[in-house]
Amino acid sequence: MARPALAILGKDLRQRVRDRSAFLVAVVAPLTLALVFGMTLSGVSSDDLELSFGVVDLDGGVVATGFTDEVLAGLERDGLATLTVVRTVGEGRRLAADGDVAATFVLPAGLSEAVGAGRPARIEVIGDVDQPIGVLVARSIADTFAAELEATQVAVGAALAAGATGPVDALAGRARELAPPIVIEDATATKKQLDPVTFYSASMAVFFLFFTVQFGLSTLLDERRQGTLGRLLVAPVSRRAILLGKALTSIVMGLASMTVLVVATSLIVGAEWGSPAGVALLVAAGVLAATALSALVISFARTPEQAGNFQSIVALVFGLLGGVFFPIAAIGGWLERVSLATPHAWFLRGLGDLAGGAGPGAVLGAVAAILAFAAVFGALAVARSARLVEP
Amino acid sequence: MSAAPVLVCTGLVKRFGDLVAVDGVGFEISPGETYGLLGPNGAGKTTTISMVCGLLERDDGDVVVAGRPLTTTSVEAKAAIGYVPQEIAVYPDLTGRENLRFFSRLYGMAPAAATERIGEALEVVGLADRADDLAGEYSGGMKRRLNIAIGLLHRPRLLVLDEPTVGVDPQSRNAILEGVEALAGGGIAVLYTTHYMEEAERLCDRIGIIDAGVIRAEGTRRELVALVGERDRVRLAGSGDLASVATACGALPGVEAASVRDGAVDLIVEGARGLLPELLRVAAESGGLVDGVDVHEPDLESVFLHLTGKALRD
Ligand SMILES: Nc1ncnc2c1ncn2[C@@H]1O[C@H](COP(=O)(O)OP(=O)(O)OP(=O)(O)O)[C@@H](O)[C@H]1O
Ligand SMILES: [Mg+2]
Repeated sequence: MARPALAILGKDLRQRVRDRSAFLVAVVAPLTLALVFGMTLSGVSSDDLELSFGVVDLDGGVVATGFTDEVLAGLERDGLATLTVVRTVGEGRRLAADGDVAATFVLPAGLSEAVGAGRPARIEVIGDVDQPIGVLVARSIADTFAAELEATQVAVGAALAAGATGPVDALAGRARELAPPIVIEDATATKKQLDPVTFYSASMAVFFLFFTVQFGLSTLLDERRQGTLGRLLVAPVSRRAILLGKALTSIVMGLASMTVLVVATSLIVGAEWGSPAGVALLVAAGVLAATALSALVISFARTPEQAGNFQSIVALVFGLLGGVFFPIAAIGGWLERVSLATPHAWFLRGLGDLAGGAGPGAVLGAVAAILAFAAVFGALAVARSARLVEP
Repeated sequence: MSAAPVLVCTGLVKRFGDLVAVDGVGFEISPGETYGLLGPNGAGKTTTISMVCGLLERDDGDVVVAGRPLTTTSVEAKAAIGYVPQEIAVYPDLTGRENLRFFSRLYGMAPAAATERIGEALEVVGLADRADDLAGEYSGGMKRRLNIAIGLLHRPRLLVLDEPTVGVDPQSRNAILEGVEALAGGGIAVLYTTHYMEEAERLCDRIGIIDAGVIRAEGTRRELVALVGERDRVRLAGSGDLASVATACGALPGVEAASVRDGAVDLIVEGARGLLPELLRVAAESGGLVDGVDVHEPDLESVFLHLTGKALRD
């Protein structure tokens, strides 16, 4: 079975290399969109974004005031955002719920004191489900502020230690012991988040993966139309070997496209995919799920055009539900729960688990979920596979 | 024939809904023999071939190729078959050579042997100098020749050609026919379908005349023509009410079949010479203006007309 399958794989890859549309879908489109989305969202300076934020200052201390007066008021001065100051968390929540603001920052009581004492503290972000981009921006503002505070705190810690004239590595050790001063707590998100550039690099890659794999299996319908399927069926080759060869083409196309995208987005826009082994596991599982879904979908098609349409509809719906166009996980609620019915969401969740330097073990849950999709789609596709190799 | 037949098929039946496209077809082909299936459009030639090659599920009947029973799921038995489909089936985005290379891999040929066979196949069909152009850029006739080259690449014991010369210029057609003759001379069994009587007469050792899914007669050309007996084919060319002419002439004693084709009335007539004046008189009376008369010795066309009452191509 392997030899004819490999012959088909080799022939198909040669054809795909000559076919510009495969390259467009597999590489150019996802890369372009990742760049556009990533660029737009990674800077708050985009002119098109009209954002409004709420802020609740329950702290009243120097850190909270600094955040409100320097960071947020600064955005307002620059015409990038409008700011509404409210008194209670309830009010802030209402603002976000009503859509009056994209997100409300909650600066909890004791924030300044905690930061001063080198203890962890929290800034909450309460987001509006309907303004995902605004929520994303709010999160990155809070992130940036936290990072700056941390740097300051480390410097202070180092200065203190210098007073004690310790050796250099002891200083470094002290600095490391200091707790990160602020933990961004997102009232709506349960998961760690990817930065916008990485998020869109990954989401566009996985979104287009579900289009790319069609360049393998669905060519069975092209072969039927051009008569060559008949030739394959008359050759001394089992029908299973033909299916295997086509499935291998899908898998190789998917793997190649994902590899190119991971490398290219890392190099060009600085996407941070995380542990290579973890990413490889997620990619492999994702490619299998996409191939199995593709096989299932095209088993309902009679013509190449139908196959293309069905495939596009399914890939689009799964992509939308799976949150590839905005980080559903950052918003939470029922949308996030629905999104978990897609391999896309698990793929992005797996990358979220890798964010911040976790090892490949962190993705095993997500990989298992994606493989479960692959198994279910695959079993259904195998049950219907005879239709794919009818003359 | 003494050698064991390469193909034995019996009682083949294929239904498409209510239509019985093939209804109990059976024949044998020995090594070195060329067997022709001669029949008009829709006779069931392609459907028969599809069952013989294990492409189409059959509703009844058996196929044995090179001693092995063959079904759609057979793998080994199919290795003996070379298949040239009626519709051109090549990869337009691969070159001629790449097309052949792919099929050589699919048939499990060793690379070195494949290279040699690819060269030979390209020579046989006269495509050697265009082998490295994309098949999509070939002319219709060149695509057809590549279509054939793929079928004979692996030196099959049974070569199945489904109307391989349709739409080919006379020169290419002649080259193709010569190629088939050479292959049969080399011991290959050939199954050849056509609705060109001349091709069947030239190539085929034995011919099955198929119509409406049934083989109406089978034998060598001589045997088939003998079925018509002393009957000649008379062709009355002209204008006017040819349909009435056919009806009136068909009613005359001694006239066995009458049909209208291409501005002429074709008749199968016993003792044609004696009956000619009578035929012309009846033709004139029934409104026909006859301006040419041909009397043919019996040929396969006459046989078909005799057996089915209609012309091979209408
Ligand atoms: N897949 C199909 N579904 C329904 N009917 C079919 C199918 N294939 C063939 N037929 C019918 O079966 C009959 C025989 O068709 P077939 O193609 O075998 O004829 P043929 O002798 O090869 O004709 P031609 O000389 O035009 O190629 C025709 O009436 C055709 O319409
Ligand atoms: Mg046909």
